[in-house]
Amino acid sequence: MSGQVFHPGHSELHGITVVVETTGEALYVGRYHEETPAGVLLHDVAEHPAPGSNLSREEFLARTLKFGVRAERRNLVVPSGEVRQITRLAHWEKQ
Amino acid sequence: MPYDPRMVQPMRDEMARMGARELTTVPEVDALLGDQKGTMLVFVNSVCGCAAGMARPALNLALKHPNRPQQVVTVFAGQDVDATARARQYFADYASSSPSMALLRDGEVVHFVHRHMIEGRSPQEVARDLIAAFDRHCATSAVQ
Repeated sequence: MSGQVFHPGHSELHGITVVVETTGEALYVGRYHEETPAGVLLHDVAEHPAPGSNLSREEFLARTLKFGVRAERRNLVVPSGEVRQITRLAHWEKQ
Repeated sequence: MPYDPRMVQPMRDEMARMGARELTTVPEVDALLGDQKGTMLVFVNSVCGCAAGMARPALNLALKHPNRPQQVVTVFAGQDVDATARARQYFADYASSSPSMALLRDGEVVHFVHRHMIEGRSPQEVARDLIAAFDRHCATSAVQ
């Protein structure tokens, strides 16, 4: 049943917590909703680098894997042109 | 805003059938988690079909394993809001997500299953991970 699309009409990643790497410094972790011409819509999003945090990207992801997603934004659209790679958070440590 | 109670009742019933004690008020949560001894699994229930629809059957499968928590309790996120918020205070280091599961031993979190560890996986896969945690932390020979 792995990878099944629970909500017909949505992509395989709909409802899945993902890591969005961008072409810049920013990295986002949030629940994938959909991709539109405007970009990738995420819900309940944590961001790295976060203001006031000294965590490296690796430390941020390790902490997120262990303690969960500390969402700072309810919704975020990452412009399509800035998306370099999308990976399921659960698969991140297996890379 | 909570869902219609009639809609979520089957999800409550599913937990009750596997022997989970439902905690719907803050005093109930404090009574069970306040001075918790032994092993206890706290299941944060959710109406989310794509994750909770896998998590409940996964727990049901895992609870058939010989090594299992001494107690299983549940709170319902988005429904019993105060009870859920109170329960989360007992594992406040972990970000809120639902569904999720906290395995406690003598009041300490020894294993946590986040929503992202459930999404897109089958009940059998999630149960396998839970059983591994039960073997580590709930076996009678487990190091206390």
